[in-house]
Amino acid sequence: MEVFLQTLVSGILKGGLYGLIGMGMSLIMGVMGIINLAHGALMMVGMYITFACFTYAGIDPYLTIFISMPSLFLLGMLIQKYTLNPLMEVESILPENQVLMTVGIAMVLTEVARFVFSSDYKSVRTSYSGDTFFIGDISFSVALVAAFFIALAFTLCMFWFLLKTDLGRSIRATAQDKDAALLMGVNSKRITILTFGLGSALVAAAGTILMPVYYLFPDIGGPFTRKAFVITILGGLGSTVGAIFGGLTLGLAEAFGATYIGMAYDDMIGLLIFILVLLFIPGGFKRLLKV
Amino acid sequence: MSLFEIKNLVKYFGGLAAVNNVSFKVEKGEIFGLIGPNGSGKTTMFNLISDYYNPTSGKIYFKGEDITGFKTHKICRLGIGRTFQVVKPLGRMSVLDNVIAAAFSRVNTKHQAHDLAMETLEFCELVHRKDVLAKSLPIGERKRLEITRAMATKPELLLLDETAAGLNPSELDAAIELIKRIRDKGVTIIIIEHIMKVIMTISDRIHAINFGQTIAEGTPQEMANSPAVIEAYLGEEYAHS
Amino acid sequence: MRKYSPILLLFILILFPIAVRDHYHQHLMILVLMWVVIGSGWNVIAGYTGQVSFGDAAFFGTGAYTAGLFVTKLGISAWWGMLFGGIAAMAIAFPFGWICFRLRGAYFALATLALNEVMRHIATIWESLTDGMVGILVMQTFVSKVPYYYIALGLAVISVIGVQIIMGSKWGYYFVSIREDQDAAESLGINTHYYKMLSLNVAAFLTGMAGALFMNYMGFIDPEVVFSLHDISIMAILVGIVGGVGTLYGPVVGAFVMVAVHEFFRTGFFGFFKGIAALTGSDMITVFAKYVMQAHVLGFGILVVLVILLLPNGIVGDWNLIVKKIFPVKTREVTS
Ligand SMILES: Nc1ncnc2c1ncn2[C@@H]1O[C@H](COP(=O)(O)OP(=O)(O)OP(=O)(O)O)[C@@H](O)[C@H]1O
Ligand SMILES: [Mg+2]
Repeated sequence: MEVFLQTLVSGILKGGLYGLIGMGMSLIMGVMGIINLAHGALMMVGMYITFACFTYAGIDPYLTIFISMPSLFLLGMLIQKYTLNPLMEVESILPENQVLMTVGIAMVLTEVARFVFSSDYKSVRTSYSGDTFFIGDISFSVALVAAFFIALAFTLCMFWFLLKTDLGRSIRATAQDKDAALLMGVNSKRITILTFGLGSALVAAAGTILMPVYYLFPDIGGPFTRKAFVITILGGLGSTVGAIFGGLTLGLAEAFGATYIGMAYDDMIGLLIFILVLLFIPGGFKRLLKV
Repeated sequence: MSLFEIKNLVKYFGGLAAVNNVSFKVEKGEIFGLIGPNGSGKTTMFNLISDYYNPTSGKIYFKGEDITGFKTHKICRLGIGRTFQVVKPLGRMSVLDNVIAAAFSRVNTKHQAHDLAMETLEFCELVHRKDVLAKSLPIGERKRLEITRAMATKPELLLLDETAAGLNPSELDAAIELIKRIRDKGVTIIIIEHIMKVIMTISDRIHAINFGQTIAEGTPQEMANSPAVIEAYLGEEYAHS
Repeated sequence: MRKYSPILLLFILILFPIAVRDHYHQHLMILVLMWVVIGSGWNVIAGYTGQVSFGDAAFFGTGAYTAGLFVTKLGISAWWGMLFGGIAAMAIAFPFGWICFRLRGAYFALATLALNEVMRHIATIWESLTDGMVGILVMQTFVSKVPYYYIALGLAVISVIGVQIIMGSKWGYYFVSIREDQDAAESLGINTHYYKMLSLNVAAFLTGMAGALFMNYMGFIDPEVVFSLHDISIMAILVGIVGGVGTLYGPVVGAFVMVAVHEFFRTGFFGFFKGIAALTGSDMITVFAKYVMQAHVLGFGILVVLVILLLPNGIVGDWNLIVKKIFPVKTREVTS
């Protein structure tokens, strides 16, 4: 029972973070209709920014959010503007060439990171990295709980932004129907650029708040990209609410899988879920929840 | 037994009833017109017949067989061909290849498919454009390609969705002539059309819908005199004149 | 002239190992021919049918492991893998396609990516069968490269001719129709689900055979090599795109170019920087040369970006565009 509760808690904490990662991906999916396979690589860049700020400037990792998020926002916008948007104009036979482009970008980002920081494992260890507190017999990692609440705060902010601001509404309108949004006078190019920036900033935030309890190397993007697309598929392509549920589900599944099946299967569990979703709930949670 | 029949067909999109309890019968060899104002559910009806959507309820019969829920490709092979209102050319294939792809639904070798395709292209008077890429055709010829392709699947029943829209007057006459020749071949036709000149001159019977519901059915003459049709479809000016 | 150039090319390829005797270049040509096979397979499902696979390594690795396991587990020749590797890859492709092709859109591309990872994990974790990360080592049949060369050439020729025959038949017309417009294809009586499956199985069979060839030729495989996302799956895409999407000889051109580019990066521009470093004795350039040699993935990444931006339909596909860019005046004369 204790093991079960402990697993449940760590699954939920992880799930909150995954929700944040999945949300960025879902936003991009919704507006551009593409899966961003550079998502994990962008997170990796955010993590290296945190690592560099902490190691060379001694800035507290949580404070580096104010550096990593704007930087990635900018990077994301540049990527969209100069590599993805031009593809809308070229005539190509393959429908997926934007997705392919994100693969290329992920490779470039990963290798540049390897060039600058080498392939070695890096980590950020603060005085509170190892701290835990207990409720009953269940232990809570201070850093993970903090990460969970920061992720929650970001998620709520995003919903407020999407529901209440003009820009947010334009983004949702574009996600729902590109042509209609165009007719209503939404500048869809600008929206795609902003959305990619936003998605990148969100995943950077996730990376940053993960740093105090995680490790870092250039290839870390790959597994996180896979997690992100499993979350997006789980949530139903393009649904931000779905992404939260998707993130929680994946977090729980991974936690229980690691406890009851074995650590080695960590990455496999996500992929297994992916296949199960394709088989049994092709529309993801979006369809079940009708959101 | 009628060649084709739909019974109490209903289709909801969310809360909107795009097709609401429509029934009609089509007899072998006739041209059956389907009219209604924009957004009244005509195209949706075709999409239900060819299984792009599942009907919410209702039945579709072809040659006495219940074909409701049959897969799109199977419906084609049973003998129901269709065209699309928003044309769907196989853009980076030549016109001939478009028609060959369709002909393969009836024959298996390349040679036979080529012959059937050429025959159909000649019948539809598009043979002079056979080597052009489908995407570079002007709209009039794209619409003709839609018909040619559907004809190459050797249909017994042909569903035409606004194939005359966007044509210039001479093209329009040619289209009417083609449709008549198709009918003379023994193909039964259901045609959706806004252009009165077309629908009134070629239809044997007409079925009118509005907001997804039947408002009248009869000969072109009867339709022209039906107050419900005049009001719903032809608009107020006609009703008062 | 155009009609005879394939025969001319074949003639040159047959004579190649007689004319060029050094092992290094023979090795490269064997790789080129292997990539012609993989590229042709990728081109069938992605280029012609429009269902982009991001996970060809799943089929390649399955073929390679089938051949390897024939030796280690069954004690029969790895050459049997040439046939059964292809069949094993189809055995993976079949249920996979059946599940994924029920959905349209990005699902298939993502699922192939996932399949790639799943297969790599299985090969790594299932140690009792595959020996995990240790990999599989088999005795090579021939000392000389020449027999391998001709086997690879035979396979490449069979692939290209096979694809040509398929594309000229009903299957080919149906594949391209599906790529161009799935709704229209269905309305013309094409069972799109079934034909996508067929197309995927053709691709898987060819790729699986190439994997088995790799096992036989290299004599060693491990999960990281044959299920590699970058070195196999992305490379397959590049071979398919660089040469020309949906063109018969695109993969041939693509394989030549990409193996050359791969080698170019791997050797640090054929030792160019190393040479300069030795010449000038500059430490910085020595370090730089060393880095360039390690950075072939970076080169690949940049190449992916540039190819998609500038040549989305490949050298064969965008030939007119290339000519126009290089000789703007000349083409203007022609068009006017
Ligand atoms: N896939 C869909 N999802 C939701 N609503 C739809 C869908 N397809 C059609 N509709 C709605 O159903 C109604 C009927 O549309 P339909 O296209 O059948 O009209 P129509 O009679 O063919 O009109 P037109 O003459 O303009 O072609 C419209 O209100 C339309 O907005
Ligand atoms: Mg319509």
